[in-house]
Amino acid sequence: MKSQIKIGSILFSIFKYAMLIAAAVISLLPVVVCVFTAFKTTDDYNSSSVLDLPKQWMAENFSIALDQANMLRGFANTAIVLVVVLTCSIFISAMLAYVLNRFKFRGNGIIQNLFMFASLIPGIATQVTVYQIMFSLGLINHLYGYMIVLMGTDIISIYIFLQFFENLPVSLDESAIMDGCTYFGVFFKILFPLLKPAIVTSLVLKGVSVYNEYYMSNLYLQTRELRTISTALYAFTGPYGNQYNYICAGVLITIIPIFVLFLIFQKQIYGGMAAGAVKG
Amino acid sequence: MSKQAAAVPKKKRSFMELMKRREVQRGLVIVLFMFVPLLLLMTFTYIPFAKMVQFSFYDMKYIGERTFVGLQNYIDVFQREDIFSSLFVSLYYMGGAIVQLALALFFASLMVFKERGASFFKGAMFFPYLICGIAIGFIFKFFYARGFVLDSILQMFGMNMEDIPMWLQDQSINNIALAATSVWRYTGQNMILFLGAMMSVDSDLYEAASLDGANKWHQFIYIILPSIKSIVVLNLILSISGSLSAFEPPYVITNGTMGTGTYFVIMNRIAHENQKVGLACAMAIVLLAIIILCTVAQKLFFKYAFDDGTSDESKAAVRKRKKAEKAAKKAAQRAKGGQAK
Repeated sequence: MKSQIKIGSILFSIFKYAMLIAAAVISLLPVVVCVFTAFKTTDDYNSSSVLDLPKQWMAENFSIALDQANMLRGFANTAIVLVVVLTCSIFISAMLAYVLNRFKFRGNGIIQNLFMFASLIPGIATQVTVYQIMFSLGLINHLYGYMIVLMGTDIISIYIFLQFFENLPVSLDESAIMDGCTYFGVFFKILFPLLKPAIVTSLVLKGVSVYNEYYMSNLYLQTRELRTISTALYAFTGPYGNQYNYICAGVLITIIPIFVLFLIFQKQIYGGMAAGAVKG
Repeated sequence: MSKQAAAVPKKKRSFMELMKRREVQRGLVIVLFMFVPLLLLMTFTYIPFAKMVQFSFYDMKYIGERTFVGLQNYIDVFQREDIFSSLFVSLYYMGGAIVQLALALFFASLMVFKERGASFFKGAMFFPYLICGIAIGFIFKFFYARGFVLDSILQMFGMNMEDIPMWLQDQSINNIALAATSVWRYTGQNMILFLGAMMSVDSDLYEAASLDGANKWHQFIYIILPSIKSIVVLNLILSISGSLSAFEPPYVITNGTMGTGTYFVIMNRIAHENQKVGLACAMAIVLLAIIILCTVAQKLFFKYAFDDGTSDESKAAVRKRKKAEKAAKKAAQRAKGGQAK
């Protein structure tokens, strides 16, 4: 009886690890082949099978990709956008959530519903007319215009903060007010520092979506100097056609920074994801 | 007002002053803190939305004259072959979304009892989610290209080149190939969400269960699965509207050719290449209506089936229990009555 159970659990372990290994291989294979290809010279690429290791590991494709697609500039632009948008939208949504959660006033419910309904509208759908508004406000082809649009379409973080405020006891505010604190003081000195977990969550979710954003960046930043990392990468479609050794180098350049960040902040990223889902 | 009431002051006058200042402050905070987000919401969501409704009745370009055409754009949405058939392309992505949820659930349950190497497997499966959509497009353009990665692998396993379909050109398979890329991208992320919910179960529950003689299978069925029901439902809703708005895979990999154009790819082309702004607006409104319908239908369905998907007891079960309670009460009363007689 006991040995039967043991055999069963061994078989189950074998099955489990076989499945997990298969999943890991499928997840990594397309990227790994890309790594091989990125290090091949053009001759090597033309003559070998894509699954072969490069004969010599050559890094020249990377410098060509960086140069040709102006990817360094793309990184710089993306970095600026990330820092500004994340900072601003955290403050904006935390402040909004504070008012909506802590004060009862006429229109509070309506405003919350307005934000909820907005989250149903898929982003790309409204861009046809947002484009017109951007145009008439003169925000096209300016990095700040793009940043403003990104902040304006930020509903996830508002939700995360609203949920988080639900769980912060009101007695905190009350005792601070009795000690003579103003409402501003309550928010900035007492509550904001307590929001750390929610801030991490929204940094992760918003950060990933901004870094990966392509559609609006393509619409509103049309000059070469303003390209972000994703539009810079897209520029590879034209000139390189089938030269996948260059394209793969470009792809890897965009992946490397996020891979490093992932290795460092793995725990926070998983935590942020999970918290965002439960609450959002 | 309870805040002020709690602070009953000694001097009445200073209390009034305090009140006054508090009121002013309150109004100031409300206006100041809400001004920017509301301005942004109006400018980038509701004004565009209103304009979209308006434009959908016109035949117009971005610049130039517009002519009122009534419902013609809406009629076109349903009559133009390219637009209407693109709605069916979304079905592939919906199928993909369901496969992805099932896979995520499967792998999350394999990993829930902390196993050796779990963090490596977790990382490997999750990482695709962090890669940007354009890069994923290129990776898979390369992966599926004739004679490249996938074909070489299949040949390694002994398949003939003639038997391998053209992944991106063959209309019977190209949409499946494209939908598979979004399964590849999102499965790990869904898995992390499910794992997070599974892990948040109180560990006392497991202890109590194993004291009662429950094995791991029982723990899985009775403790873990109920704990993630609501998040699975939530993801199902999100993935349906997500599959209706699929954009990046066909846009980068095939540019919407060979029957792979999803609704947004076609809309993007109509709006920015053909500059038929009115038609594109009508398309956006039709899509929004579909998404709202789906969301409401799903919410209603789950409200009926599970009480908004959060309670563990289904409506039917509640009704059964209440009936049983009533019957028990009646029986008890009858028994009492019988005794009294």
